[in-house]
Amino acid sequence: MAADPIVQVRDLSKLYRQGDIDVTALNHVSVDIQPAEFVVLMGPSGSGKSTLLHIIAGIDRPTSGDVLVQGINVGNLSESDLATWRNQYVGFVFQSFNLIPVLTAAENVELPLLLTRLDRKSRKEQVQAALELVGLGDRLHHRPDQLSGGQQQRVAIARALVTDPVLIVADEPTGNLDAKSASDVLDILRSLSSRSGKTVIMVTHDPKAAGYGTRSLHLEKGEIVA
Amino acid sequence: MRGGTTGIEWLVLVGLVAAGVGAVWGLATLAGLPIQYNVRNVLVRWRSSLTTILGIGAVVAVFVVLQAVARGIEASSGNTGDDRNVLVVRRGSQAESGSLVTREHFKTLSYMEEIARNEAGQPLISAEVIMIVSVPRVDGTGEANTLLRGLTARGMELRPQVSLVEGRWFEPGKREIVVAQRLAKRFQGFELGGTVKAGLTRLKVVGHFDAGGSAFDSEAWMDSDECRAIFERDQYSSILLRPRDTNAMTVLTNRIDTDKRLALRAEGEVQYYKGQTVTAAPIKIIAGLLGVAMSIGAVFAAMNTMYASVASRTREVGTLRVIGYSRKSVVVCFLIEGACLAALGGIFGCALARLTDGFSTGTLDFQSFAETVFQFQVTPMLMAKGLLFAVVIGVVGSLLPALRAARIPVISALKSV
Repeated sequence: MAADPIVQVRDLSKLYRQGDIDVTALNHVSVDIQPAEFVVLMGPSGSGKSTLLHIIAGIDRPTSGDVLVQGINVGNLSESDLATWRNQYVGFVFQSFNLIPVLTAAENVELPLLLTRLDRKSRKEQVQAALELVGLGDRLHHRPDQLSGGQQQRVAIARALVTDPVLIVADEPTGNLDAKSASDVLDILRSLSSRSGKTVIMVTHDPKAAGYGTRSLHLEKGEIVA
Repeated sequence: MRGGTTGIEWLVLVGLVAAGVGAVWGLATLAGLPIQYNVRNVLVRWRSSLTTILGIGAVVAVFVVLQAVARGIEASSGNTGDDRNVLVVRRGSQAESGSLVTREHFKTLSYMEEIARNEAGQPLISAEVIMIVSVPRVDGTGEANTLLRGLTARGMELRPQVSLVEGRWFEPGKREIVVAQRLAKRFQGFELGGTVKAGLTRLKVVGHFDAGGSAFDSEAWMDSDECRAIFERDQYSSILLRPRDTNAMTVLTNRIDTDKRLALRAEGEVQYYKGQTVTAAPIKIIAGLLGVAMSIGAVFAAMNTMYASVASRTREVGTLRVIGYSRKSVVVCFLIEGACLAALGGIFGCALARLTDGFSTGTLDFQSFAETVFQFQVTPMLMAKGLLFAVVIGVVGSLLPALRAARIPVISALKSV
């Protein structure tokens, strides 16, 4: 018997207004994602894969339809509740790393924890553990500009998982990396899914990267086609 | 007196700085962002940060110095007189320079039993004359009016705060004067042995005195009756006297004030000089107007810096929002940054202003139309005001950029280059 889906997308649509024209980014999309799945969203530019990822992660709102994560209807949350929800339930990995340049690796990873009730000692322990998990236990006090692209992305992954979220979302995480660094990052994401039981949703253009996932969803013109 | 007050003012300043640091720490904790994030962002943009710090610093320095000038003038009046003395002027006169007191008045008052006596049994009362003497300035910028006070030996006894620092006291009948040391530095002929023209005669400087930063530091003194003779005046300007005790002071003051034959007004000497602060009023108005005008400029400078900071950190803001920071946190974060930047400017401005503390200069007294000498007084309280002023500039200047940062939709912020 299959477990309850961790993410339920129901009849989701998203329309953008561009000048006088309405553009349909998502058109009545429905999909269930199970716990510990590594789902890869693929498709050409403008197919709606990033929009779907953003709505599931609570950083964009749908025009119609619902997204439920562990039974919580994300679209019904207020702006400030949504911020708190993102902090507790979702970890983000971006294509361009999005680290804060003036903070060290450890300080970057600690950022989401500063919004929790954890004391300083516990925070430091979790930061250390997260950075060790991505192989950067010896880079705690390095600033982003002192790290390679692959190392920066691994810091970003550590930041995404430090709060122990149920969902890790990654928007083209290997887009700015060389082949070796990309492979390292994908290995970490796959391990988070297979060993740590995290649900990972990743957007990518790269078919090779898609091979790391447990399931691929292909989108075209705002619809899941395969 | 100033020492005690200054001690308390230093405590207030330290308390204010501590409260400010505490407030920033508390707000940063509330926002959830580490304070080093703000500090390092200020340091990373050091060029624009420095420009803002210097700009706000200049505004605060001007603000504090102007206040220090007004305070110095007020202090020179407020620091004058003895609590035990009473000054008598003609009823209706606001100042000694516009008052006329007859010799009969002096005689009548001298015999009043409420007046204290010295060890020799002489009544402590002094009939005085205030005259204006025009003297050339040391810096060659022309002549200016200076105050010449004619007083008796009792007059000096009634002013123990004044002490001779050089030469000797004047002797009646010898056309001699003793000049305040601070005044002497500003005028030609007021040096020891120098002479100045008064009426049809010349007066010789035989001594210099120090009046402890009081209004007497703007005066030259000579014998009262000799002064009247030189300027061909029948009447005195005022009478300074000391009642036996506080009861006698009340009785005497009431008696003088209510005696219709005398037509005189009696007032505590300290109160009289505290009331002579009209000279500081225009400076205070100028300080206020300049403060407002310059603060508007400084607000825009701070706003410009903070807008630039927001523009270059839009994606950072988006990232912070994504990982759970609320709009409120973003607003607080930028406000803290603006306030810290402005506070640094404030500290710089106060430090600049503090360099002028104790600087001695003169201005026109609008009561006597003579030069009044005063010292800039950059007190801890004024510096506290300057710091607060700077922080207000920083917060006001950061408000709109902070709100703008918080209102950017997360998706748009993340897509920002």
